[in-house]
Amino acid sequence: MSDTGSKPGPEPSERTAIGITFGNSNSSIAYVVDDKAEVIANEDGDRQIPTILSYVDGDEYYGQQAKNFLVRNPKNTVAYFRDFLGKEFKSIDPTHNHASAHPEEAGETVSFTVQDKAGEEEGPSTLNVSEVATRYLRRLVGSASDYLGKKVTSAVVTVPTDFTDKQKAALVAAAAAADLEILQLISEPVAAVLAYDGRPEGKIEDKVIVVADLGGTRSDVAVVASRGGMYTVLATVHDYEFAGVALDKVLIDHFAKEFLKKNSSAKDPRENARSLAKLRLESESTKRALSLGNNASFSVESLSDGIDFASTINRLRYETIARTVFEGINRLVESAVKKAGLDVLDIDEVILSGGTSHTPRIATNLGYLFPQTTKILAPSTEVTALNPSEAEARGAALQASLIQDYEAEDINQSTHAAVTTVPHVGNAIGVISVNEAGEEVFVPIIPPETAVPARRTVHVSAPSGGDVLVKVVEGNTHIKVTQPEPKVKAPESKAAKVEDADEDGDDDSDFSDDDDEEEDEEEKREKVWKIGATLAEAGVKGVKKNGKVEVSITVGSDLSVIVTAREVGGKGGVRGTLAAASA
Amino acid sequence: MEATVIPLPLPVLPEGWEAENNFKAIGKITQESAATQRTLEPVGPYFLAHARRARHKRTFSEDDRIQAQERAKKVEDNDDGEISEPEDPMMLQREAKDWKSQDHYKVLGLSKYRYKATEEQIKRAHRKKVLKHHPDKKAAAGRADDDNFFKCIQKATEVLLDPIKRRQFDSVDEEADVEPPTKKQLAKGDFYKQWSKVFKSEARFSKVHPVPTFGGEDAAQEDVENFYNFWYNFDSWRTFEYLDEDVPDDNENRDQKRHMERKNANARKKKKAEDNARLRKILDDCSAGDERIKRFRQAASAAKNKKRFEREAAEKKAAEDARLKKEAEAQAAKEAEEKAKADRDASKKAKEAAKNAVKKNKRVLRGSVKDANYFAGEGDASAATIDAVLGDVELVQGKIDPDEIAALAGKLNGLKVADEIKGVWKAEVERLVGAGKIKDGEIKTLA
Repeated sequence: MSDTGSKPGPEPSERTAIGITFGNSNSSIAYVVDDKAEVIANEDGDRQIPTILSYVDGDEYYGQQAKNFLVRNPKNTVAYFRDFLGKEFKSIDPTHNHASAHPEEAGETVSFTVQDKAGEEEGPSTLNVSEVATRYLRRLVGSASDYLGKKVTSAVVTVPTDFTDKQKAALVAAAAAADLEILQLISEPVAAVLAYDGRPEGKIEDKVIVVADLGGTRSDVAVVASRGGMYTVLATVHDYEFAGVALDKVLIDHFAKEFLKKNSSAKDPRENARSLAKLRLESESTKRALSLGNNASFSVESLSDGIDFASTINRLRYETIARTVFEGINRLVESAVKKAGLDVLDIDEVILSGGTSHTPRIATNLGYLFPQTTKILAPSTEVTALNPSEAEARGAALQASLIQDYEAEDINQSTHAAVTTVPHVGNAIGVISVNEAGEEVFVPIIPPETAVPARRTVHVSAPSGGDVLVKVVEGNTHIKVTQPEPKVKAPESKAAKVEDADEDGDDDSDFSDDDDEEEDEEEKREKVWKIGATLAEAGVKGVKKNGKVEVSITVGSDLSVIVTAREVGGKGGVRGTLAAASA
Repeated sequence: MEATVIPLPLPVLPEGWEAENNFKAIGKITQESAATQRTLEPVGPYFLAHARRARHKRTFSEDDRIQAQERAKKVEDNDDGEISEPEDPMMLQREAKDWKSQDHYKVLGLSKYRYKATEEQIKRAHRKKVLKHHPDKKAAAGRADDDNFFKCIQKATEVLLDPIKRRQFDSVDEEADVEPPTKKQLAKGDFYKQWSKVFKSEARFSKVHPVPTFGGEDAAQEDVENFYNFWYNFDSWRTFEYLDEDVPDDNENRDQKRHMERKNANARKKKKAEDNARLRKILDDCSAGDERIKRFRQAASAAKNKKRFEREAAEKKAAEDARLKKEAEAQAAKEAEEKAKADRDASKKAKEAAKNAVKKNKRVLRGSVKDANYFAGEGDASAATIDAVLGDVELVQGKIDPDEIAALAGKLNGLKVADEIKGVWKAEVERLVGAGKIKDGEIKTLA
């Protein structure tokens, strides 16, 4: 037993670790079995568990059951509290709590007042937001423990990239109060990337990934550079407008209007809190149904003035009325790419995560935004895509299984800034080879934004054999824009090439449906490599015909470069070092 | 990462290209092109590898080598090392029929693992032993029919690989017991360390897992209570069937058989009870010496006493307050009464004094007119005059209050001359007339 004053975490050998996504709207729990991450369903069979607690007659309900109480027992139901952790009252946004227990100021933190005990005489109690989080986490962990048949002791929890240290500390404290050791807090987009890369069939490549985490109350987009399985977040944007509740709102308004049209004498259901809660709940399930099918029904008993209401909606109509939200999401993704200083052509993959990503239209729209080569990983565009609501929990579970055998101290040291903060090369490093036309082209070996130390090895063919030159150069990309054959309308028709990548961010916002006839005249944009400064030259002599040359480049943490070149299967080879540039 | 294959060919070495070791360093990665310090996300297997390299300051190739070595070593570890106990020559002489008294773990060379040995370990140990002690090998060495120890091995494996029989054996495996520390040992060594060893070994009989640990000096009260509660309610699977006397399995003597079975059952029950008593005694001994419990008890009693003291003090204070209040009230009442009495007396006196003064003054007034001979000049005043004058004096007296009477009396006092007296009266009457208290002409004799 350790003799430190604080409660020591469990020994690595006694840990049972899971991954938790603790979302503002929904949470998920996952664990790893046989190297595969599985999301755990709770007692109710839910894999996405609404982050809601409700108290009725001293009984505590959580998840979907608690969510249903938003209609009948909103005052004693606490929802959307995750983002309040570790924040002061003056800096929180209580909009979403309008239909549930209202947040109150409590010193440095936020609290809720609910009747959580049986019997009126007990009086309502004031729960600090961290107490609420503790209770909720306890339920989550309880579900996981029941499912696994052994007590869950530790977890990796995902948090948004903009979670402050104070919020993280508050979350760790809340978890500790629920007897849960937090092995590590990892950021949500990276968890989603890891969920994809950590699949048994996942391949580790150098790629740039956009992770669009579209949740219930907020959307976060991150641009992540994945370099040899190491992830660096290049840019993030956060948005509170274009998220799941915005889509719900669209449906609420739509059906409320329908209802008023049919029942002209009835009161507007949006003006009654209870009717609004019913509308909201049903709109959400209609939205989910629309993600799966082309039609969805909507029916609420006693919506307003005791009148039942039933209606249907098809997907096209839904997509029309929700267009502003969809476009907002597109703009958001675009702005994230721009913030990272990249072009849409630089993006290799788009991972959609979060519940709102089920909506097929969002994936389709993003497909239009990015070039065809970019993979959009969403259920509607890619059959192998993970369930967006579960991706992050899977990533967290994978991370948990990776680090659960380490001592807590080891984990702390490895995640220390001294280890995580490293230089990233700005330009690509590669070799020159010759294309069919006999031109010299740049072949990247170490792409830009790669963390150093880094090591990459490539095999370059040398079909003619003999003596070959390995010329190691720096390179970078630019966007080549080829205008269509001059037509009347093209204003700058003379310029066949415009070498400015920045000004065309707006040109390709034509992902909406109505410009098909002009599509074929669109300018052609492609990413080309430009050869930069030469770093080194090496000669490999006497290569066999149809042989291959292995070139390995290692960049040290001090930016020194080691180049080795040898014939594959051959002996010896050339090895040279470039000293680190003095600061 | 595996090497990617690039199909495009490398350029041909230009004519006349020469360099030392065929390598020409030309440029450097400049800070400008690579100055971005960014934060890696500490996530994923590749980051862990990076962290390992960074923390141990290894280069890629060093790390590869060390990792490869570690992996290789692991495989080796699995292969042997576990079963490398020297074999006791006495043990090798054992008769197989005495298997009940043999230490199965020792026979298989697992005596440092005992109840912790996994099935895998037992199987592997068995195989190793068999390879060494197989009768055929003995025969090859010229010792035919020497299969005693081989049978011991087979028996040990049979017992240890059968979960029920293994439990029965583990129940009576004294080698795994840890004796509770004696007082002498306790005086020398660490109390917590010594006892936690005992409980760790006892914990192997628990039906419930995990078993709470004994904890150290500064364990929380909750944990300590938890620990003792658990152990006082210990649910043990320990059985003593292994020590049963052999039941004759011939069908001839059924009574004898039943008798033996009963005897065995009773013996088991007795041993179980003894074992429970033993555990209880261990616990009693341990808790008696446990400083933590004493500390908690002191803290608790201090807390309780503190409460009691506080309550008593509060009661005392309340009583005192009540008494003081009562006294104060009584005092106040008394004072008020006294004051009222004094006031009454004083006002009575004052009234009397005033009355007397008024009387005296009135006497002065009347005396003054008498001194003035009732304003009748030199001669004796007629009765009518006297009456009239005195009547007027009475009238004036009736119209003015005692203060004015006193003032008037002050003016009149000492005056003997009739005219002066008359003047004073006249002035008074005029004043009264002016004040409208007396009508003009009402007073005749004094005007």
